[in-house]
Amino acid sequence: MATSEAMLAIEGLAATVDEKPVLKGIDLSVPAGEVHAIMGPNGSGKSTLGYVLSGREGYDVTGGSVSFRGQDLLAMEPEDRAAAGLFLAFQYPVELPGVGNANFLRQALNAVRRKRGEAELDAMQFLKLVRAKMKVLGMSEEMLKRFVNVGFSGGEKKRNEILQMAVLEPAFCVLDETDSGLDIDALKIVADGVNALRGPERGMLVITHYQRLLAYIVPDRVHVLLGGRIVRSGGPELALELEEKGYGELQQAA
Amino acid sequence: MASSSRRREMTTAVIDAAVQPAALVHPAVAAALARHEALAKRLPGHRHGWIREMREDAAAAFARAGFPTRRNEEWHYTDPRALVDTRFGEPIVAADGAVTLPGGMPDAGAPKLMFVDGRFRPDLSELAALPDGVRVESLAALLEAGDEALSLRLGSLADRSSFVALNAMLAEDGVVITCTAAPDAGARVHLVSIATASGDRPLAFHQRHVVSVAEGASLALFESAHAAGATPYFNNTVAEITLGARARMTHVRLQAEALGAFQVSTVFAHLAAGAEYDSFVLAAGARLARNEVHARLEGTGAIVHLNGAQLGDGVRHVDTTTVITHAAPACASRQTFKSVLSGRSRAVFQGKIHVHQVAQKTDGYQMNQALLLSPESEIDAKPQLEIYADDVKCSHGATVGELDANQLFYLRSRGIPAPEARAMLIEAFLADALEAVRDERLRAALADATALWWARAHAEAGA
Repeated sequence: MATSEAMLAIEGLAATVDEKPVLKGIDLSVPAGEVHAIMGPNGSGKSTLGYVLSGREGYDVTGGSVSFRGQDLLAMEPEDRAAAGLFLAFQYPVELPGVGNANFLRQALNAVRRKRGEAELDAMQFLKLVRAKMKVLGMSEEMLKRFVNVGFSGGEKKRNEILQMAVLEPAFCVLDETDSGLDIDALKIVADGVNALRGPERGMLVITHYQRLLAYIVPDRVHVLLGGRIVRSGGPELALELEEKGYGELQQAA
Repeated sequence: MASSSRRREMTTAVIDAAVQPAALVHPAVAAALARHEALAKRLPGHRHGWIREMREDAAAAFARAGFPTRRNEEWHYTDPRALVDTRFGEPIVAADGAVTLPGGMPDAGAPKLMFVDGRFRPDLSELAALPDGVRVESLAALLEAGDEALSLRLGSLADRSSFVALNAMLAEDGVVITCTAAPDAGARVHLVSIATASGDRPLAFHQRHVVSVAEGASLALFESAHAAGATPYFNNTVAEITLGARARMTHVRLQAEALGAFQVSTVFAHLAAGAEYDSFVLAAGARLARNEVHARLEGTGAIVHLNGAQLGDGVRHVDTTTVITHAAPACASRQTFKSVLSGRSRAVFQGKIHVHQVAQKTDGYQMNQALLLSPESEIDAKPQLEIYADDVKCSHGATVGELDANQLFYLRSRGIPAPEARAMLIEAFLADALEAVRDERLRAALADATALWWARAHAEAGA
């Protein structure tokens, strides 16, 4: 249930993609300082939830509301959601040929800082900040010179997402299938990066198909999304149970 | 001699042209021919019979062809009427004196060869700095000396196409570059064309360049064209490039002509076995710009890269037309052209790949991408594959569209406001296009020109 102190409060959220209902009334609230996991089989609406929260075109909200830090999230443009502190780590990070990674990160950071009324960082200040963050994520500085995600391996793309998150320091992170396409070493590095961002002021929603990621990013709550609705919620042990039994039983019940 | 019989044929053609009723000659064609008549005696090398004949052949070819109209298949998408209807005069003042150089000329880190209104200016050029193995001569001087060896190198002077013939009958000067420098010498030259574009009389100039890179040699040629004023003019340049076996040439061109100028450039490149020609053209200026490249792969394993970017704004028209002829086996051709168009500008890309029957194992690729920034901008794209060999790999593709919605959303989801995100993606499209230029210094020079264009296009979008 949504509570007034929740950082992210979703109530009765319904959305369509190409006029097809995908989310059919989602209730979910994540308080500051907590990490919630959304689990579910393919086609259950997990990624749609991430896109609806971040304001992607083509995802039409047909009902319900989302309050983020007391603001009406759904009324905001994508860039304003980012400035307000929401961050979506993409399942498939987008390649930007011709856009240098360093330039991209700095433009994003300064855009967010401007909106928040903070001073922009100059090139030197920015470089100092980003170098420190990259070191934590085990990324080579050479990646700053490359075009955003172009020619990056799957693991490099995901690390680049977490780097953006670390640089922008959002209040709330939505991680969409961040584990997909990662080998176990890359998974650990990415999870360490995410865990480093956990804190009492920050909320997270971790969307994943598998329990694997949740062994490294241990959630406070786990919700199962099925057919566009949350059908079950529980503690971290629910992830293990699903890993063992699969979604079949729940699908039959639903 | 084989060439004398050719001359005889052409002489007959002159007579044919002369008996045509005068009323059928388009006034613009008549005016150009009259200019040829009036100027002929003053053109370099006039006292040599073979040079006079060459020019007369060209005049006959031009009289036959006339100026193209949209009824010519090659000119269907580019209407040259505005160019044809402007009465140009050739420069008549002496080719010396002080010149106001335009600002923002790029530094290519190479000795400059300066042309002003189509005439070579050794006094402004950096001839002393030319690298070893690169010989530079003025075409006018060679013609004046009646250098017979030149007749072989001016192979297509009497070409049937209108603007090449126009160039051949009126060309006053050009540069003849002969390169024997080994690849590790890193020989580079910067050819600069300045249009004074001053006064009230529109000028036309017809530069004729001849470039030969000897067997195994390597040359980087940077060309840039600028204007010091804003009076309309017509730059009609023809370049003939010959690459010997395993020769390499990088040819990067910046077309930054005045916005009211007309520009037609025709390049013929002939590649022997194992030769490599790597060309990039950035079309950033001129009211009407046509860039034609004809590359012939004549020896086994030759490789040609034709890349470029066309930038449109206002009512400007930019045209890239390429013809690649695979006339030998196992050659490769790669083309990527990108256009970014704002306002009511138009671009044309016509790319023909002709594969002869002997050219087995040909590898041809052609890609044309356009970004339309306004609903009134337009691109016409015409890929043409003509293949007579059966064991070839040839492909072409084209994308025309607006900015990628996914990319735009990605940037906005990171807090970058939509207008800034759009600007970033347009600049990125341009940066990506320039990636084909491997030389960092030249790439930076081109990037400056794209930034100037972007400032214009951006202001236009905001207005």
